[in-house]
Amino acid sequence: MTQLIKYIFHFYFDGFRNMTVGKRLWVIVIIKLFIIFFIFKLFFFHDFLQTHFTTNQQRSNYVIEQLTNPKN
Amino acid sequence: MEHFSLALLDWSRAQFALTAMYHWLFVPLTLGTSFIIAIMETIYVRTGEEIWKKITKFWMTLFAINFAIGVATGIILEFEFGTNWSNYSWFVGDIFGAPLAVEGIMAFFMEATFFAVMFFGWNKVSKGFHLTSTWMVAIGSNISALWILVANSWMQNPVGMHFNPITARNEMANFWAVLFSPTAINKFLHTVSSAYVLSAIFVLGVSAWYLLKNRNVKLAKRSAVVASTFGLISILFTILTGDGSAREAYRVQPMKFDSFEGLYYGAKAAPLITFGVFDRHRPSLENQEPKVFTSKFEVPKLLSLMATLDPNSYIPGIDDYIKGNKAMGIVSYSDRIKMGQTALASLKTYHEALKEKNDSLASTSLKTFQDNYKYMGYGYFKDPYNLIPNVPLIFYSFHVMVGLGFLFVILFVLGLIYSMKDNLHTKRWFLYAALWTIPFAWLASEAGWLVNEMGRQPWVIQDLMPTQAALSNISSTSVMITFFLFGVTFTVLLIAEIRIMLKQIKQLNDGGH
Repeated sequence: MTQLIKYIFHFYFDGFRNMTVGKRLWVIVIIKLFIIFFIFKLFFFHDFLQTHFTTNQQRSNYVIEQLTNPKN
Repeated sequence: MEHFSLALLDWSRAQFALTAMYHWLFVPLTLGTSFIIAIMETIYVRTGEEIWKKITKFWMTLFAINFAIGVATGIILEFEFGTNWSNYSWFVGDIFGAPLAVEGIMAFFMEATFFAVMFFGWNKVSKGFHLTSTWMVAIGSNISALWILVANSWMQNPVGMHFNPITARNEMANFWAVLFSPTAINKFLHTVSSAYVLSAIFVLGVSAWYLLKNRNVKLAKRSAVVASTFGLISILFTILTGDGSAREAYRVQPMKFDSFEGLYYGAKAAPLITFGVFDRHRPSLENQEPKVFTSKFEVPKLLSLMATLDPNSYIPGIDDYIKGNKAMGIVSYSDRIKMGQTALASLKTYHEALKEKNDSLASTSLKTFQDNYKYMGYGYFKDPYNLIPNVPLIFYSFHVMVGLGFLFVILFVLGLIYSMKDNLHTKRWFLYAALWTIPFAWLASEAGWLVNEMGRQPWVIQDLMPTQAALSNISSTSVMITFFLFGVTFTVLLIAEIRIMLKQIKQLNDGGH
């Protein structure tokens, strides 16, 4: 079991260490994920119903209100 | 439609279109290239020829670049659902959530696990296990696409659900009906096969560039054989499933189908317009102005044949749906609007009755609601003519997609013939054509999505929820700001992808000339 874990660890460790193009790609992926999750999601994309209401009952009441009384 | 803020609607739609279209720049190349790589590696394992290993590794590098740049760009769409389209997100309930959850889990386990073996496993695992991993990445990527496309198909043809009038959410009643709806099957097969075509054109085009430069000739020739064969099979399948998709649209989204062909007025033995130029954007149906095209080329009876398999059948036009056609059993849009308004009013009454604990009123209003639910979305409209999508845009997008599709058939046939005769490298005109076809593969693919999504308008869920009713009550300014942020981010990512790819392509040297 220990041997297997060691093998898997070295498999990934050596794989990452020997990457050439991959290193630059990982930098891009990390920057991109940071922008998506820590800038877009945190500052701009709050879940509207989750943010404004605490229970599903309130959420469904709100949506029903929205659907049955569309704004003019 | 007469309700809600137009600025908010326009910016929200523009943002969704921008992010979805950018996302789709990366996805099809992943879907198709993964299979092309798997085929190349299979040849390597079977023949043992080292050149095939080198070919596989080269295309695998380009695949990795595209995958890395494109991965997670689709998550932004899910953010938008929760922020900009919260009414929609609530309304669809677990119908949308279930397939997306399955997609997330499967994508993680299949792609993440086998991806590492595919890239790190050369000379560390057996050839057979490595090949299996490569195939699993291809299959996993495509299965991920299945769940997304099933969710999208449900929006085109909502089946297998039950609407809960108390929570205002749709609940999954029959998972298999959702998964195996004819719309979903056709859409999945058509979309992934078109992605294979795009990838084959990419591989053929890059190979053509090497041959034009007289570099990596052996690699290029062999790649071209795989790309032409895979591309030809894929494009024929794309045409076949496209035909199925169109017939499905005729059945469940007839307004979209009529928009494909600019069919404002119904016709018996309807011709298929292969080329046409619109006279005006929106002919006045009220005044019965029949002149829609300034010039057109049509094939007699073909539209009737393709839609119904009967060349002499009557194909209802947009006019038939607006005004109704009793002989065809088509309920007019005016009547649907009335029924939709009844559905919305009775839903409101139902909830008021529940609050007042008036069981009798609740029961009768619920019955009225259920009787009219089928047309609920129409209740948001006053003018039936506002239910017509942007016909010229859909018509031109459809014809660009189909026209390019048939050009791709010629490209792959010639590519295969020249490869078999081993004179591909001498056909410089063809090599230039193959190279310059690369952007057109993306054009056709994006045009297909325009047809699919714009053709569904004004609906976000066909017949049940118009796009405007799906919106959140938020400021249009915030949507506008994030629109530009996304535009900049995606453009930077796209430029990065193109630059890294070009560098990899240019620096490859297999030593062969």
